[in-house]
Amino acid sequence: MDQLLQHALNALILGGTYALLGIGLTLIFGIMKLVNFTHGELYAFGAYMAYMAVMVLGLNFYLSLVVAVLLGVVLGAAIEFVLLRRLRAADIDTTMLVMIGAWIALQNAEQLTWTGVAKSIDNPFPSTPLVIGPVSVSYNRLFVFIVALALIGATYALINRTKLGKAMRATFQDRNTAALMGVNIDTIYMATFALGSGLAAAAGALLGPVFVVYPTMGDLASLKAFAIVILGGLGSIPGATIGGFILAFMEELGAGYISSGYRDGMGFLLIIVILLIKPTGLFAQKERIG
Amino acid sequence: MNQLTLLKLAGVALLYSVPLWMTDLYVLHILIITGIFIIAAMSLNLLLGYTGQLSLGHVAFFGIGAYVSSLMSLGFEVTLIGDLMVSVSRKPVWLAMLVAIAVAGLCGWVIGKISFKVRGAYFVIVTVSFAEVVRLVALNWVELTQGPMALNNIPALRLEFPGLFELSFLRKPMSYTLVLTVAVVSYILIRRLVHSRAGRAMVALRENEPLARSVGVDVTRYLVLATVVAAALAGAAGSLYAHYVRIVDPDIFLFIYTVTMVIMVVTGGKGTLAGPLVGGVIFGLLPETLRAMAIKPEVQWMIYGVLMVLVVYFLPEGIVPAVRNWWKRRNESRVAVASEPSSSGAAP
Repeated sequence: MDQLLQHALNALILGGTYALLGIGLTLIFGIMKLVNFTHGELYAFGAYMAYMAVMVLGLNFYLSLVVAVLLGVVLGAAIEFVLLRRLRAADIDTTMLVMIGAWIALQNAEQLTWTGVAKSIDNPFPSTPLVIGPVSVSYNRLFVFIVALALIGATYALINRTKLGKAMRATFQDRNTAALMGVNIDTIYMATFALGSGLAAAAGALLGPVFVVYPTMGDLASLKAFAIVILGGLGSIPGATIGGFILAFMEELGAGYISSGYRDGMGFLLIIVILLIKPTGLFAQKERIG
Repeated sequence: MNQLTLLKLAGVALLYSVPLWMTDLYVLHILIITGIFIIAAMSLNLLLGYTGQLSLGHVAFFGIGAYVSSLMSLGFEVTLIGDLMVSVSRKPVWLAMLVAIAVAGLCGWVIGKISFKVRGAYFVIVTVSFAEVVRLVALNWVELTQGPMALNNIPALRLEFPGLFELSFLRKPMSYTLVLTVAVVSYILIRRLVHSRAGRAMVALRENEPLARSVGVDVTRYLVLATVVAAALAGAAGSLYAHYVRIVDPDIFLFIYTVTMVIMVVTGGKGTLAGPLVGGVIFGLLPETLRAMAIKPEVQWMIYGVLMVLVVYFLPEGIVPAVRNWWKRRNESRVAVASEPSSSGAAP
């Protein structure tokens, strides 16, 4: 029972960052109709920028996270401006190929810059875990969880309470009508991609100090984000939030009770099962593509 | 027999003559690996080019072919659920290859049945997930696959005709001939398929699925057929790979290999028979050329990525259709110039 509680707590903590990853990807998919293969690279980029700020430049830990996220936003905006802007009319396969190309280039640039050796980031938290009754959690993970929840909340507020969010939702529903109503689609696309990228970079910067940072860390992150988004339904933000937590629970319990080797396989099994039973995902409002 | 067919036959004859005059074994090695990837790319083209489904899990079939073929030729013992012991003794390599092709085709059938419920982004993600699940199984089912320790000492193909002669495909010139033969057979098979009724159905549903459906094309059936053939051919390529390099580990399932196949098809021209050949030669030889120029592998992959973006931007149809259009325009303008000597402009 204690073991189960511990697994559940770990899952809850991990779920927050998974949800961040998933929300970023689902926003980009929903609004831009783009399968974003660079998502995991932005996650890795966030982690590396945090590493650079803390370990190379010696900045304050909390400030470093902010810097990493801002750099992620900038990189996202740049990718949108350089690669995607001219492909507005292209079909989903074409943009996907461009994103795969960008993903390969980015990942290898990371490998070239930072070498393949895994890096760890020092954190200012006490190394003894916080013990609550039968379970324990490290202060660092607790911090990650709280920040992740705050960012999720901020994203919800941005989408539902601001003018930019309203324009985003309008573009999601019908791009052409939104454009006719005076929404600047280029701005919305750039904002969406920058926001999604920033969330991925935030997830990377938060998890970097918990795990280690290595160049191919983005691959699994991308695939897990896809799993989360499929689970929740493409384009659904609540779906991605809940999907992130479901995936984290499945991984934790699968690793704890079945085999730790198949931990990362849970997400993919989940995708296949979901698509067999309910192909639109759990929370999609719209009909699936095709 | 027209000129083009003669030209093709001459090309194939030239390719077969390579081991006779090419003594550099390193070059032969590159040609063999390129040939294997071209077979895989041709099989992917059937799905990506002719049915228009972007399958990003194609390496799974390649890897399944490699693993099944290796395991059959090495023999294995594995305990399944409920102490059920499955034991397979060493089989001759040709039989192992046939089993590998059959198993890969069967996997294609299952995956086709499951994943063609969905299209577009969902289909892509299902196929990616499938490949990842297979990779994790290969990595973790150590009893069967040796996991990261890899399967070693995989025998090379030997064909024995008792009392007559025997052929060993251990050495590079023979491996080259084998790969070339499989490539030629695959090409002919795919050519026949896409020019048949089934091939026309595939193209019809690529161009307009609701319309194809409305005129009575059984969409799922043809999609599954294309997947089975593509998977079987990819399995054959994987099997050739396993018996050539003679070691197989879970890294064979890396996503980057799928990406390599996709780049080959897209660069050469998806939905054309020659496309994967052209793309395959370019992206098969490019890494070696870059390596010869002492370029780091990371930079080499970055060049890959950038090339992929550039191809999508500037040659969205791929090289083969672009060259074909250019040739057509050239001939048309010649005709136009000949018939209208006064006009200076080329035909549109």
